[in-house]
Amino acid sequence: MALKTVEEIKAAILAAVPGAAVKIMPNPSPSAQQSLLIEAEHATAIATFLRDDEELALDYLSNVTGVDWLDKEIAEKVKVTRQVAKPVEGGDPGQAEMVDETVEETRKHIEPGYLEVVYHLFSMAKKHGPMVLRMRTANRTDKVELPSLTPVWRSAEFQEREVFDLFGIVFKGHPDLRRILMWDEFKDFPMRRDYVEPDDFEYEPTPHDEVLKRAQEHRAKVAAEEAKS
Amino acid sequence: MSTSSTPLGNVTARLARSEKLEGKPEGWNRPPVIEVEGDSELLELAMGPHHPSTHGVFRMDVVLDGERVIKLKPVFGYLHRNHEQLGQSQSYLASMPYTDRLDYFCSLSNNWAYALAVEKLVGQVVPERAEYLRVILAELTRIQNHASTIGFLLQEMGASGTPLMYAFRERELILDLFESLTGSRMMCNYMRFGGCRVDASEAWLDGARKVVAALPKFIDEFENFLMSNEILMARCQGIGVLKPELAVNAGISGPMLRASGVNYDIRKVDHYGIYDRFKFRVPLGDHGDIFDRYMIRMLEMRESVSILEQALKEVPGGPVMDPKAKIRNFRPKPGEAYGRIESPKGELGFYLISDGSPNPYRYRVRPPSLINLTVLEDMCLGSNVADVVLIFGSVDIVLGEVDR
Repeated sequence: MALKTVEEIKAAILAAVPGAAVKIMPNPSPSAQQSLLIEAEHATAIATFLRDDEELALDYLSNVTGVDWLDKEIAEKVKVTRQVAKPVEGGDPGQAEMVDETVEETRKHIEPGYLEVVYHLFSMAKKHGPMVLRMRTANRTDKVELPSLTPVWRSAEFQEREVFDLFGIVFKGHPDLRRILMWDEFKDFPMRRDYVEPDDFEYEPTPHDEVLKRAQEHRAKVAAEEAKS
Repeated sequence: MSTSSTPLGNVTARLARSEKLEGKPEGWNRPPVIEVEGDSELLELAMGPHHPSTHGVFRMDVVLDGERVIKLKPVFGYLHRNHEQLGQSQSYLASMPYTDRLDYFCSLSNNWAYALAVEKLVGQVVPERAEYLRVILAELTRIQNHASTIGFLLQEMGASGTPLMYAFRERELILDLFESLTGSRMMCNYMRFGGCRVDASEAWLDGARKVVAALPKFIDEFENFLMSNEILMARCQGIGVLKPELAVNAGISGPMLRASGVNYDIRKVDHYGIYDRFKFRVPLGDHGDIFDRYMIRMLEMRESVSILEQALKEVPGGPVMDPKAKIRNFRPKPGEAYGRIESPKGELGFYLISDGSPNPYRYRVRPPSLINLTVLEDMCLGSNVADVVLIFGSVDIVLGEVDR
C-alpha cells in the first residue's frame, strides 16, 4: 500500500496537531523523497500522531542522522539607483544638475547556519515509507537544543546519542544522553563541517621528516600550554 | 519447527503477536529497573573490551547480583574511525572500497547498499545481468554470514573449535568464489554505480552452481547440530526473549526482528533489484528467544539457496555495466536519497545529500548492528551472566559496522 503524499501527510498533521507549523522541503533528485520540516515545539505531538495514526502507522523509525549546514555567505547583485551630480552641458563649469543613475552593486550578507536532524520513518504494519522528517536548531553555537524522539521511538536512543556525540545537538528528554563513539572527555564534534582534527603527533611511534617537525611543534605547543596553566 | 517443549519442560511461553502501542504507560519501551532484595552485595563487571565472545573490541558494563544481571550498559567506540567524515572528504566512487570495511563479513551487501543509494540519487539504471550477479553474490554472502553466526553460537556455548570449523569450511568455498570473481576474499569492492566492476565467466557461474548444489546437504548436517543437541536447546530456548512490539519500536531489523514474529523483509517490501522475480518465503519465529534467532538464520539459508538456484538458472547475457553510466566527473545534481537493502544483519541503509560537487555533502550509514544492540539490556536483564554471551552472540554484530 502506497504511502500518502507529503501534502496529504502535512494536512493530516495540521488537522491532528493544532498550531503546528509544517513545511514541505522539495527534493529535486530523481529519488523524489520529499521531507517535512517541523519545528521543535510540537515535535513530540507530531511524532506520536505519525506513529499512532491508523492510516499512517509509521511505527518504525529506521534512520536518525544529523546534517551540519554552515553559515552561508550569499552574494547578490542588486541594482541601485542613486542621484549623481552631472555637469550641465553648455553651462557654467561649476554648474551641475542631479541625475538618476542605475549602478549594479554586489551586496553580501551572511545566512546563519544551523544543525539539522533527519528522521527516516517506515511502517512495518502497512509496509510503506519512507517518510522523512526534519528539525532544525536555531544556530550552530549556543541554541542547539531539540526535543528527543526517543520516548516515541526507542530506536532513536543510540542514534540520537551519536548525533549528540558527533554533531553536538542536545536532545532534551533523552534518557541517557552521553557520548557514544568518542570518549567522554573529548571536546569537539568530529562530524561538523568545520572540524579540524587535533595535531596529536606525539603518538607517532617513529616520527620522521615532516612528521618529526610537526611532532616537535606539537610538543612545544603542549609544553607552552602546560607552563601557562 | 518443534519448539513447544524442551527436555527441561515447557519454557517457551507463546507471546502475544500484536499488542497495540496506544494506551501503553509512558516508558514501557525502556528497560525495567530490577529491584534487589535484602543486603546482597552488587558486583560491577566490565565484560570486554578484550573478550573472545565480544566478536571484536566491545565492552559491556554489567552490574551483577550474584549470577543475575541487573544492569547492562554497552560501551562502543573502540573501533571508531569516523567513516562518515571520510566518506564526505572523497568522491562518491572512492567510498566504495571503504564500505567493504563496515561489516567485513558481508562486503558485497555493503557495496550493493551504497550503490543502490547512489543509483537512487542520480536515477541510474542497472543492466539485467548485473542485477542477477548482485542477487547471486548477496545471497551467497547471506549464507556464509548466517553459517558463521551459527558456528559462533556453538563456539560460545563451549563447543570449542570443531563446530565453527564446519561453518568455516563451507564459508571458505564461498569465499573462493568471491576471490576468483573480485580478486579478494573479503574486501571485494565489486559493485559500481550502474552495474558491477567485472563480468562473471561461464566457468565461474558453473563453479557457483556446484557450490550451491552442495549447500542443502551442509545445511541439513548443520541443522542437526542445533535441533538434536539437548544442551543447546536448554541454554537457548526461552532465554533472551524479545517481544515483537518492542522490537518494532526499537527499530530492530533483519533475522532478529523476524525471530520475534514480525513479518518484515526489505527484499519483499521494497522489491529492490530484481527480488520480485524470485519465489522465496520469509521465515518467522514464534518466541523471539535465542533459539528462534538461530533457527531463523537456518531457515533463511534454505531460502537463499532456493533464490540462488532460481537466479543461477537464468542469468541473461549482456553488459554488466550501464554503458551510459558516468564514471569520470561524477557529480550528482543537488538533492538527497535514502537507499536500503536487507543485509544479512538487518536493514543496511545509506543516506546521501548532494550539493552538486564531486564529494557527497552528507554521507550516512545506517548500521543494523548498532541499532540491533539497542535492546541488548532489555534482553539480558534478569538472566545469568553466562547467558549474556549467548544473547549478545544471537544479535549478530560486527564491530566494524557498530563503531564505523
